[in-house]
Amino acid sequence: MVKLIVNGQNHEININPDTPLLWVLREKLGLIGTKFGCGSSLCGACTIHIDGKPIRSCVTPVSNIEGKSVTTIEGLADAEGSLHPVQEAWIEHQVPQCGYCQSGQIMSAIALLERNPNPSDDDIDTSMRGNICRCGMYGRIKAAIKSAAKKV
Amino acid sequence: MTKPNKKNATKKIEEINRSSLKVWSRRGFIGAGAIAGITAGGALMVGIAIRPGDRTEDLSAYVTNGDEQLITTWVKIASDNTVTAIIPHGEMGQGVHTALSAMLAEEMEADWDAMKIIEAPAEKDYANFVLAREFIFGSANVPTVLFDTVNGAMLAAAKSMNMQITGGSTSVRFTGTGAMLTAGAAAKELLLSAASKQWSVSISELRAEKGFIYHNDKKAPFSEFAEIAATLKPNLKPKLKKRNEYQLIGKSLPRVDIPSKVDGTAIFGIDATVSGMKYGTVKAAPVHGQKVKVMDASLAKKMPGVYGIYNMEDYIAVVADGYWQAKNALDVIDVTWTNNEIKNIDDGIIFEQYRTAIKTRKGKTLHKSGNTKKLINESASFYEAEYTVPFLAHACMEPMNATAWYRDGKCDIWAGTQNPLGTRQVTADTLDIDIDSVTVHTAFMGGGFGRRANPDYTNQAAQISKKSGVPVKLIWSREETTQQDFYRPSALGCFKAGLDVNGIPVAWESKFVHDMDPPEASAVIYDIPNVKAQYMESPSHIRVGAWRSVDHTQHGYFTESFIDELASNAGIDSYEFRRRLLKTKPRHLNVLDTAAKMAGWGKALPDGHAQGIAIVESFMSIVAQVVTVDISSGVPRVVNVACAADAGMAINPNGFIAQMESGIIFGLSAALYGEITISNGSVDQSNFYDYRMVRMDDAPSIDVEIITSDNRIGGAGEPGTPPIAPALVNAIYKASGQRVRNLPIGNQKFSVKT
Repeated sequence: MVKLIVNGQNHEININPDTPLLWVLREKLGLIGTKFGCGSSLCGACTIHIDGKPIRSCVTPVSNIEGKSVTTIEGLADAEGSLHPVQEAWIEHQVPQCGYCQSGQIMSAIALLERNPNPSDDDIDTSMRGNICRCGMYGRIKAAIKSAAKKV
Repeated sequence: MTKPNKKNATKKIEEINRSSLKVWSRRGFIGAGAIAGITAGGALMVGIAIRPGDRTEDLSAYVTNGDEQLITTWVKIASDNTVTAIIPHGEMGQGVHTALSAMLAEEMEADWDAMKIIEAPAEKDYANFVLAREFIFGSANVPTVLFDTVNGAMLAAAKSMNMQITGGSTSVRFTGTGAMLTAGAAAKELLLSAASKQWSVSISELRAEKGFIYHNDKKAPFSEFAEIAATLKPNLKPKLKKRNEYQLIGKSLPRVDIPSKVDGTAIFGIDATVSGMKYGTVKAAPVHGQKVKVMDASLAKKMPGVYGIYNMEDYIAVVADGYWQAKNALDVIDVTWTNNEIKNIDDGIIFEQYRTAIKTRKGKTLHKSGNTKKLINESASFYEAEYTVPFLAHACMEPMNATAWYRDGKCDIWAGTQNPLGTRQVTADTLDIDIDSVTVHTAFMGGGFGRRANPDYTNQAAQISKKSGVPVKLIWSREETTQQDFYRPSALGCFKAGLDVNGIPVAWESKFVHDMDPPEASAVIYDIPNVKAQYMESPSHIRVGAWRSVDHTQHGYFTESFIDELASNAGIDSYEFRRRLLKTKPRHLNVLDTAAKMAGWGKALPDGHAQGIAIVESFMSIVAQVVTVDISSGVPRVVNVACAADAGMAINPNGFIAQMESGIIFGLSAALYGEITISNGSVDQSNFYDYRMVRMDDAPSIDVEIITSDNRIGGAGEPGTPPIAPALVNAIYKASGQRVRNLPIGNQKFSVKT
């Protein structure tokens, strides 16, 4: 049994403790907003937060996060269901194309703004370079981060 | 619609049959035996945006619920006055659901804010009739790549309309202009006729606006007239608006698919859930054509959660309780593959074969004007260059996947696909069941770019479900996705120009490998009186397919590099050189001038910086780009891309701009890093560490300017890609004096020209 806190809810899951968190989220908890991209921490599509820090869930064994707090894309909206300002900025700038990488992009962007509320272009480059967007929406992601920074 | 001349139609279809066979042998994948004679005849006549007669019986069952009325093939109205557009194309981020719905709403006078959108079911009645018609009658510039993207569907069926393809930048320019505008206008006319009957007033006294019909002060919602409208026969040639009357088209409407893509609720193929499903993963023969010789799964069988391990001849499959368990088991299966002679082939050999083919094989001429041979011999001087481009993978962010459930002789498939009807046909052929026993449920695609037009992954899911007896969600690893792609073909192009005393080309000869998809990819836009473009076939065992902008990627790079070399050879500024050769083409000239002006062509730049320019016409759109590059560190850094595009008009300008931005980054990843290499017959690369993408820190700023002209609406999804590689290498040349004739740029180092 592995004990998990995901988006504020407690779960006890009977699973091999080596299983990456990604597959527990998707297959056991039905939280399919977190995506599988590369399985090797190379693309960022599976990024979630563990205690507020951005982590690649595809290479993180579920046993490593026992007792820690996990936040996924599904856990961003507030109690009333309002979107996080970063999500709103994503809509404002019409960021997603295929959209597959965007949960990971948004999770990385929120983590960046939480530790650096006013990031420069270089800060954004450094923090976001781990997230590939094959549709190439980097300019829009950058603009959306800056506009969210004003509101966070 | 003009009545087709039956004799001509038959001839056209024969041509299609022949060229399909030809393409098939090079790009063939499935069901060659299914290429039966396509018969000409009445079937072709149904190629019209709206379908006459009593449609509700045929189509309603697929798309209507409860109190909804289907007004034309592509639109239904509910009793609460919700208008729903039914879109026959897949959404992969190109914004097609929004653009096509807006086109329908525009002509129908529907209320955009209250509109819903669904993707058409994978049923023949929802095939892209207009696309198919234009395709078959040759009245439009449809790329022949569509032949193999339809795979079994169009060919096997011999039901000439069996196409539901998303590709070739066709959605807006064919389905939109051909079907959605007409369907919207026809629906409006039907509603007005119904209102005229119900209110006993003449149609001329009625108007439609934002979902309501008005007569003087009286108004009523569309829904009040939907039931009667649905029984009336639609006008096949309704009156369409002029472009200057558009209210929705030409506005940057927010894309309808975006909210679900920021809150995690968007459903992609990989998110499909079927009660009781297991998870599967596969490893296919690393060398195409190999089969399993010996499989030792003794270790894998004992692993927890493993449900079944299957030898599928050219691949092995594991089905387990979860993907992770399936993957772990797959990794410990020991497989020996059969040997074949292909095992000795690497890309050095493939390129040598290309070179030999060009030298020794008889070429087939694609474009010819004047007399190149005589002129090159008699020219004051001539200039030659040879270019190569590598194989490229699509690298969709969402790995290939599909969920299938075969039971009782029927099969359901859930997948993101650019080719739902082809998927049905191929599955039916493989499982030896009727096409009506196959249902395809489509979902968003986490990237397509041409890859998801091939139904190989859906086919595997169906086979594995049948073999295991359970519903299976098949997920490929990233490694499998990289190594079992349908690659952008590698190519070699040899160019020769005859020059006058000023270095201006008077003759242009090109020889390259592979037939063209689309054929105009190798055409030269410049005013050169004598041109000859020829290809030689040199097939290899590497599976190839359509890759964003198809063969315009190779030829945009070849042609726009060569013209740049001619400019520098003549000692003329590369932008001015192009201008001289485009004097008779005002549309091209305008696009070129706009890009140059946007970038401030000729302005002073910091040390190590330079600009390069390129212009490519593809999919009926003309795009010019100016790249500003900085090579001062020795490694090229793209600082800015200025992009001017004339696609007639942009349906959704912000969406169009996004397509240009996306096409540029896609092409830039290829130019800088993209290379699939072959060793011992198999693909070397496996994941993003050795198949690199442009990331945030190497992405340039991009400026896009849309040029509106009176021309037919051109494509948006692909035309942004071809100019970027030549614009970049031309900029590098200007900065360094070093000419890149072999892509990718890779690890080449450059030093600033002094």
